[in-house]
Amino acid sequence: MSDILTPVLTSRWAQENSWTLETYERTGGYRAMRTALAGHPDQLIQLCKDSGLRGRGGAGFPTGMKWSFIPQGGEGAGAKPKYLVINADEGEPGTCKDIPTMMADPHSLIEGCIITSYAIRANFCAIYVRGEALHPIRRLRAAVAEAYAQGYLGTDILGTGFDLEIVVHAGAGAYICGEETALLDSLEGRRGQPRLKPPFPATAGLYASPTVVNNVETIASVPYIVAGGAEWFRTMGSEKSPGPKIYSVSGHVERPGQYEAPMGITLRTLLELAGGMKDGIPLKFWTPGGSSTPMFTAEHLDVPLDFEGAAGAGSMLGTTAVQVFNETVSVPWAVMKWTEFYKHESCGKCTPCREGTYWLVQILERMVHGEGTESDVETLLDVCDNILGRSFCALGDGATSPITSGIKYFRQEFLDLIAEQPAVARPEQLADVELTGAPA
Amino acid sequence: MTTTETETVTLTIDGIEVTAPKGEILIRTCERLGIIVPRFCDHPLLEPAGACRQCLVEVEMGGRPMPKPQASCTMTVADGMVVKTQHTSPVADKAQQGVMELLLINHPLDCPICDKGGECPLQNQAMSTGRTDSRFVETKRTFPKPLPISSQVLLDRERCVLCQRCTRFSDEIAGDPFIDLLERGANQQIGTAEDKPFQSYFSGNTIQICPVGALTSAAYRFRSRPFDLKSTPSVCEHCSSGCASRTDTRRGQVMRKLAGNDPEVNEEWLCDKGRFAFRYLGAKQRITRPLLRDESGQLVEVSWTEALRVAAEGLLAARGNRGIGVLAGGRLTREDAYAYAKFARVAAGTHDVDFRARPHSAEELAFLQTQLTPTVTFAAVEAAPSVLTVGMDLEEESGILFLRVRKAVRKHGQRVFTLGQWSTPGVEKTHATLIKSVPGAEASVLRELSVGGELVDALSATGSVILVGDRAAEVPGLHSAVAELATRTGAQVAWVPRRAGDRGALEVGAVPTLLPGGRPVTDAAARAEVERAWGVTLSAEPGRSTDEILAAAASGALSGLVVGGVDPHDLADPAAALAGLANVGFLVSLEIMTSAVTELADVVLPVAPDAHRAGTYVNWEGRHRPFAPSLDGGGVLPDCRVLDTLAVEMDVDLFTQTPSAAAGDLDRLGPYTGTFTAPTERPGSTPRPAQVGSAVLATWRQLLDDGALQVDEPALAGTARAPRVRANAATAERLGLTEGGQASVATDRGAITLPVELADLPDGVVWLPAHSPGSQVRSTLGVGHGALVRVTAG
Ligand SMILES: Cc1cc2nc3c(=O)[nH]c(=O)nc-3n(C[C@H](O)[C@H](O)[C@H](O)COP(=O)(O)O)c2cc1C
Ligand code: SF4
Ligand code: SF4
Ligand code: FES
Repeated sequence: MSDILTPVLTSRWAQENSWTLETYERTGGYRAMRTALAGHPDQLIQLCKDSGLRGRGGAGFPTGMKWSFIPQGGEGAGAKPKYLVINADEGEPGTCKDIPTMMADPHSLIEGCIITSYAIRANFCAIYVRGEALHPIRRLRAAVAEAYAQGYLGTDILGTGFDLEIVVHAGAGAYICGEETALLDSLEGRRGQPRLKPPFPATAGLYASPTVVNNVETIASVPYIVAGGAEWFRTMGSEKSPGPKIYSVSGHVERPGQYEAPMGITLRTLLELAGGMKDGIPLKFWTPGGSSTPMFTAEHLDVPLDFEGAAGAGSMLGTTAVQVFNETVSVPWAVMKWTEFYKHESCGKCTPCREGTYWLVQILERMVHGEGTESDVETLLDVCDNILGRSFCALGDGATSPITSGIKYFRQEFLDLIAEQPAVARPEQLADVELTGAPA
Repeated sequence: MTTTETETVTLTIDGIEVTAPKGEILIRTCERLGIIVPRFCDHPLLEPAGACRQCLVEVEMGGRPMPKPQASCTMTVADGMVVKTQHTSPVADKAQQGVMELLLINHPLDCPICDKGGECPLQNQAMSTGRTDSRFVETKRTFPKPLPISSQVLLDRERCVLCQRCTRFSDEIAGDPFIDLLERGANQQIGTAEDKPFQSYFSGNTIQICPVGALTSAAYRFRSRPFDLKSTPSVCEHCSSGCASRTDTRRGQVMRKLAGNDPEVNEEWLCDKGRFAFRYLGAKQRITRPLLRDESGQLVEVSWTEALRVAAEGLLAARGNRGIGVLAGGRLTREDAYAYAKFARVAAGTHDVDFRARPHSAEELAFLQTQLTPTVTFAAVEAAPSVLTVGMDLEEESGILFLRVRKAVRKHGQRVFTLGQWSTPGVEKTHATLIKSVPGAEASVLRELSVGGELVDALSATGSVILVGDRAAEVPGLHSAVAELATRTGAQVAWVPRRAGDRGALEVGAVPTLLPGGRPVTDAAARAEVERAWGVTLSAEPGRSTDEILAAAASGALSGLVVGGVDPHDLADPAAALAGLANVGFLVSLEIMTSAVTELADVVLPVAPDAHRAGTYVNWEGRHRPFAPSLDGGGVLPDCRVLDTLAVEMDVDLFTQTPSAAAGDLDRLGPYTGTFTAPTERPGSTPRPAQVGSAVLATWRQLLDDGALQVDEPALAGTARAPRVRANAATAERLGLTEGGQASVATDRGAITLPVELADLPDGVVWLPAHSPGSQVRSTLGVGHGALVRVTAG
């Protein structure tokens, strides 16, 4: 079974003191950097394009193409300094791949940053880490210090004439600061709210200069691509979604955790890897890539979990945060909890998301309290329709996913809530857990 | 600037093909077609935000429909674009209805008591784009209200739709980012930092552009409903910009003023003085009946007939004796100023007439003669590659021009140089290069820089402008230095006086050396034209200036004075001015309020403030700004009418019975076609280096201060900048001053004591606000800019 797994990014995680420079170098670390710095930056961009690497932050944008958008040459925006910004804000509910990466193997990220910065001709790189993730921040800072001490960062790295400074910046714990332009504003010391696009970060990002924003997992993949080559990378996954991917399996499974497998693995296989459903209680619903990706049900056990497969089945690959829920869980209740999250995290900039989530939460809480009315389901759907594609950024869109998909697959459960009055019984297995909005 | 042919694109909106300049924002193109897309955050003068999402439309590009409706306020037009607004797209219509419903879920049902009710974009667009009922049955978000964010501006967070117009205005336009968004999600709200109120000279604009009733002014809050107001277009009387405004009145009272929309002048903005300082109209100091001094020395109300008779008799006697001087003041319309100019020549038989009610000089008059045909406009200032300001602090002394310069700095990186003493907020907000000078030495500093270098290079760029304030008259040689620099660089020079009436008064001949149209008294042919028109014989000798007139009055060389709106405390030496007013044999005062002049006058004739008069201001650009009365009646008459009647009593005709008659009489004369040469005065002696315990004084007025027209508006006064003594750290230390501690600035006449604030002044210099509470520099110290003062702690 476990030969399905392709530990690449996770290959060192089980090593003793895996986070140290010593372990990293002993296991082949910082060799790709040497190869990369010996080549031409444009070769690296081409290599990344050839590998087919797509962003691991949720949207799956081709990484090599993103790098190639950075204007080069002495003219216009190309004359400005260039920046690399690593998105380590990891806020999508259920997502927990970047934090373990930074905990267990921070140097792979740092090596990726060096190679990427060299490729895009950046001499400054900021890693924006979710503020609550204190321990990973300390690990990362220690690793950065090690890399400086070793001469892998700073001026004239390994005598190549290439300079790079890396700053590890702690955010303040706002989901919206994972959205790349809000992240940039936050990094500049402003209020973290998404920016109007265009201009895109590639031309006017950090301090209005050309900037690449990439996810931790994306950039941590880069040294392996440099070391193994594009061909090797493409031996995993599919034509359009190549490479290995960390699937964060959580919820009602026997062995929740990070499973690194080729793109396109199915939930059925992941469940097998994770030891099956916890206590054998059957699967009810699950998210392929965090709560912002429309939920799936047992019907979707065999959907290939890559960008095309998830989209083809009506959802999105997102962050591959596979949250698994068994039959004890009330869908309206779970949807309410998720919606509470979006309401809490809405940045407030645009009307649909700010006001819409405020309204949706109240309807859902009322329904779960057994005070739903006939029109509630239609109102929920219509308010979602007025948010989806109308809000300023994708947070608002994501907020509608649990509701619309929940109603799509479990409409009757919502209607039953209304019919029963008071309806939803607290799931027995969770009887001792404090559940807001779900009285016994 | 090079003019390039504007590129255009062709697109289709609701089936109509339209050509638009490349880069135009879609919502503007729609507007030009008469298609109004509902909006909240969009404002043509602010950067796009795309925050409210009310303006969504469907867009097709290259034959492919975009997957989501697009915000028409952020999208620029493109060739071949096909746009469907709410009129032709059910998707756009539904999107707009949806956003509107969402905006209303948390909006209180305040309309019946809201200031904005009746003129509210939210109300209006809820009618055009909203549902008749709401599906929202849950709990609305509430906030304590109102929240004063300054003494003038009150915030109602429940009504706020978070469009960010106010914050964007303050940040982008005014450069005073003292209000910002706080919190997030549904708790997001506008607010200020703790102990940092919304202190901005332009705060009132946020109230006007707020699309709901979330921002209200202490001055207008709950005072009226829009549909009870009578609105009249007006022109602001508070400075020489001549901003278009709108005066709203109700039952004979001015309730509020709003900015008018005049893209060439004030765009859509007003400074807070222009907006809020109108309570003087109803102040207890107002005079509406003629007053006569009785035997006991008291002013008593009398009939117009009696007042005019006494005034005429007194003036006739004075004219027969040593003569009459006429002080017109700087707040006149051109029609009224013309009446003073003509009254002086025809009724008083003298060229002793001057509008300058502030420090002035002969050099200035020579400079003003070269300014009779203005060439610079707001648009020219905005387009200028470089601007130098001399004798003025833009923000304090010409707020709207300051906004224009700031816009130019922000939009195209205009370079600004300020000849001054310290980095005032205005200097910082225009990112100006401060050319520091010891007060009084500005002329020498400018001459040194005229030799060549950065300033000369910058001003040599075509279209550059030198803005000269009327404070330049306080520094000998400064006008001459400006003229020299202008010749050297080719920069255009614009005179930007502080007061609304100054330019008009200059043009109509309310000065001792010029007749209407700028005709020199000394030019026989020009004089003859006026003599023919007026049917009089005029002296070829120029008359006396304001200071000279008052000195003559003090010494008995003049027997009578006719004084318009002049405050002797604004003059270089208030004590000397008061002596002149007190000693003159016969004093007639034309005033809207009691003043230091009415206190000494033999006859006081009430005149009409702007709300009650018609007329034309000539703004600093030379642009005519006509306005009609916004209030009927009031029993007061414009100066031109009062002077006309007074002249009739003196048996001469002015033909200025009404402003339009005055204008007709004036316009028959036309302009002077001759030319003048610029002054060539050497700089005066630089002030002595400060001795122990002394310093050189720098001083000018702040926008909000103790000005007579700002009375009775405490909420406005509350947003004024606190009066402070300023000095640099080394000077403060040498003088024994500590930041925050008190300092006393003194001369033999008196002392001013204020808290100390450090600033980057030159060594040995202290700065005081010229006319603020607790700091009346001229009247207390008897000296002004460039004088030596004693400074002590405490
Ligand atoms: C509300 C919101 C939250 C996001 N949070 C994250 C995040 O925590 N980490 C991340 O890498 N990308 C996040 N993204 C996606 C980023 O905007 C961006 O697409 C990504 O960082 C690009 O990196 P990639 O190309 O390597 O995936 C978020 C997007 C949205 C709309
Ligand atoms: S959708 Fe709007 S309110 Fe929500 S996070 Fe994005 S910009 Fe902010
Ligand atoms: S106070 Fe008014 S202008 Fe400011 S954000 Fe709220 S609604 Fe907009
Ligand atoms: S008006 Fe376009 S988003 Fe607000």
